Amino acid sequence: MSSYINRPNRPLQLYAVLFLIVLYVPVLFIPLFSFNDSIYVRFPLQSFTVKWYGELWTREPVWNALWNSVKVGLVVSVISTVLGVMAARAITRTRMRGKGALVTFIMMPLVIPGIIFGVALLVLLSRMGVPLSLYTVGLGHLIICLPFAVATLLPRFEGFDPSIEEASADLGENGWWTFWRVTFPMVMPGIVASLLLTFTISFDEFIMAFFLTGTDPTLPMYIWGQLRFPKEFPSVLAMAALILFVSFALVFLAQWVGRKGLEDQA
Amino acid sequence: MTPADRFISIRNVSKSFGAFRAIDEISMDIRQGEFFSLLGASGCGKTTLLRMLAGFESPTTGEIFIDDQPMSDVPPHHRPVNMVFQSYAIFPHLNVRDNIAYGLRKQKLTPARRAEMVEDMLDLIKLPGYGNRKANELSGGQRQRIALARALILRPKVLLLDEPLGALDKQLREQMQLELRALQRQVGITFVFVTHDQEEALTLSDRIAVMSGGRVLQVDTPAALYEAPRTREVASFIGTMNFFRGIVRRNGSGMAAIEAEGLGTIPMPTARLTKPEGAPVQIGLRPEKFSLSPVRPDIGLAVEGRLRTAAYMGERSQYYLSLPGKAEPVAVSAPNTHRQRDAQDVPEGQVLWLSWAPEAIVILDTD
Amino acid sequence: MAETSLPKRRTADGPPRASGSAFLRLLRRSESARAYLMMSPTLLIMTLGIVVPFGILLVISLWTRAGFGFDTTLTLANYARSWNEPIYGTLMLRSFWISGVATAVTVLLCYPMAYYVAFHVHRNKMMWIILMTLPFWTSYLLRVFAWKVILGYEGVINSGLMSAGLIEAPLSFLLYSPTAVIITLAHAWAAFAILPLYVSLEKIDRSLLEAATDLGDGPVARFFRVTLPLSMPGVIAASFLIFIPTTGDYITPALLGGPDGAMIGNLIQLQFGAVNNWPMGATLSIVLMLWIAALALVFLVVTRKVQERIT
Repeated sequence: MSSYINRPNRPLQLYAVLFLIVLYVPVLFIPLFSFNDSIYVRFPLQSFTVKWYGELWTREPVWNALWNSVKVGLVVSVISTVLGVMAARAITRTRMRGKGALVTFIMMPLVIPGIIFGVALLVLLSRMGVPLSLYTVGLGHLIICLPFAVATLLPRFEGFDPSIEEASADLGENGWWTFWRVTFPMVMPGIVASLLLTFTISFDEFIMAFFLTGTDPTLPMYIWGQLRFPKEFPSVLAMAALILFVSFALVFLAQWVGRKGLEDQA
Repeated sequence: MTPADRFISIRNVSKSFGAFRAIDEISMDIRQGEFFSLLGASGCGKTTLLRMLAGFESPTTGEIFIDDQPMSDVPPHHRPVNMVFQSYAIFPHLNVRDNIAYGLRKQKLTPARRAEMVEDMLDLIKLPGYGNRKANELSGGQRQRIALARALILRPKVLLLDEPLGALDKQLREQMQLELRALQRQVGITFVFVTHDQEEALTLSDRIAVMSGGRVLQVDTPAALYEAPRTREVASFIGTMNFFRGIVRRNGSGMAAIEAEGLGTIPMPTARLTKPEGAPVQIGLRPEKFSLSPVRPDIGLAVEGRLRTAAYMGERSQYYLSLPGKAEPVAVSAPNTHRQRDAQDVPEGQVLWLSWAPEAIVILDTD
Repeated sequence: MAETSLPKRRTADGPPRASGSAFLRLLRRSESARAYLMMSPTLLIMTLGIVVPFGILLVISLWTRAGFGFDTTLTLANYARSWNEPIYGTLMLRSFWISGVATAVTVLLCYPMAYYVAFHVHRNKMMWIILMTLPFWTSYLLRVFAWKVILGYEGVINSGLMSAGLIEAPLSFLLYSPTAVIITLAHAWAAFAILPLYVSLEKIDRSLLEAATDLGDGPVARFFRVTLPLSMPGVIAASFLIFIPTTGDYITPALLGGPDGAMIGNLIQLQFGAVNNWPMGATLSIVLMLWIAALALVFLVVTRKVQERIT
């Protein structure tokens, strides 16, 4: 497989391995110290314990915040994926004027500092007299999740021959049936990936939530609040370890399904 | 004209994409049960016309009738036509059986009946036992057959084929041409076939529409197109043609004559010549209509030419000769019926006699 | 061909099927209309979430604070203040400096990685890409928090070094400094740099590199004359994708920056929080965006020019 151009390059290989280590190790300290029997996050490590996890289990506000985040995440992921499917289909399957400008417009939240979105929405909502709540957080998350949903789904739609949908119409199926019998099964991996990714983004999002949360905090907001109290550090570590684990699993799954699907298609 | 003669009727159809006019005022009819080809170079509008028949594009102006029904407000899924796509568009998530049965959903068949229909189709396309294969396990030729079966199982009034043989290699393509022709005879469905390959069109079709720049230049049988093309454009698109400028020297009292560059005076009956004396004409002569000989032949018209180059092409050889009074060399094709391995090539610069029959002359419309 | 022999023709005044309204007919006839209808919910939300709030932000930035409410006379006073009072300029400059350094560091460190995966990984490419981008999807807050754990006064590095006996007292420059912010930003945004870099490198036709070698370039010359210029779009995209969001960041400076590491995002957040001067916050947001747009433009022009030079 390797030609002259891509013959093995040892130093580069070493660099790559180091890079991955540096990428992951900082995050791994969180679970490490979450099992450490000390309220101070420092070496040397004390004895092993799971008591911080046990403490989390009994804390009412944690469960509330978790449930809030899950609610927002589920709603946001479903809405943004459904809208993403519609937008991606429109972008890839029709000749339309101003397509490029529209795609840029949709992708804009990717390159605007989150804080500006947060304050802009906050100002809008307060002028309209809308009280801050989980709904306003959801709206904020929807705006940052939509570009990701579209970006995840676009390659799926681009990747398959438009004449496959035409063939379905030609064989007698109308738009809805064509979607269910052909389009949907073919973009399924993309849909799963989009659902998982947007859920994770919403679940982890903090910058917008900071400005848009009302009285019900999401989990990251709750953690932010706890960071002020050094004695809460260990339980925050335990919570963070759990969140990281779930996020990693979900995103890994999403990426795997999404890319796997793209490869099968090719 | 009987209704069967205008089974598909294309009336003043134009299609514009923005400023680009893909189809320019086309009117023509396609007969029931015929194998009809749309032939032209890429970008001539043939695929656009086919997609308008299928319903994937709608005419900007004009109307298409299929079996006397106007089609402009009929979406693709309600049209009595089915299509074999250029890429075949086999559903990758379904196996062969489900691909073929795809269009049967609305027919409310029993599972047994449906399975039987699919098996019949697999037999028809000579792929029995392939029902459980996945789409990505198929070769190009097999995909093409399945695309055919998937369309034919619905018994469409018209089958549209968009360069279905383009992706296959030469041998497979020739085999599929024969099969396709036989299949069309067997099922009796009207085929509308798009191709840029003139040989393919000549081999397969009952009639061919030669297209260029969004217009139909000529609709005719393969033999008529080849032997009597109406214009220079058609003549040069199908096969090779030598063109000669000429002037009508005489036309009247049953006899006419044309004086053509390099060929001298050619007599012919007045019935073939509509132009008056003194009018310029353009005539064509196919390379294989000439005979070459080292001495002047006894019969027919003949002129002397000097050999410029010769190309050996297997079953025949192509010679290029310059004629006095004509700038471009004339192509002459001669069969190698008696040629043997060690035969000597005719040396360049040799003077040879070209002869031809006056009936072989094609008089072209001058624009 | 005689007109009488034609099939019965339906003319425009007698439409064949009176199916639905003019709207439905438009939808059936016009692809553009269908496409816009399908995209309309997305566009509506994006408009509601981008255009409208930004309009309001612009309006509010022209107001001034009056007690607990707003003085709604339009004035450029806030803009004048943001220009004249040194604190705003200082923080703005520091934000751009910190983000700029973080962006440069990230792109430089990620380029070899992307290069490695694009050119030297042949099996399990997908696995590598997932591994490289995975951390990006996890909570930003928690990744910053992880660095606080590491760089802290009694954090991983200091306590590690001390228990190993290498240092006597904790190194104080690690936490609450611009350096800490830069390290954290570079680490947190690595995935954003890798993806565009990888895509642009992967797209390069291998035969171009073989051609360069064939025409006499060694590996280094080939890299600077072919690979790098062709991957410039990826470098530019990566730089934008990191620089723009990080200039507005406030979590990292809040948790790790200390007084010397505070950025404009912290100031904006304060205006909407403790200081409670929304018009000023809006002004700063808009000024920030204008600066980003201007810098992005300059950056784009400069890279174009440089690229023309190289090639």
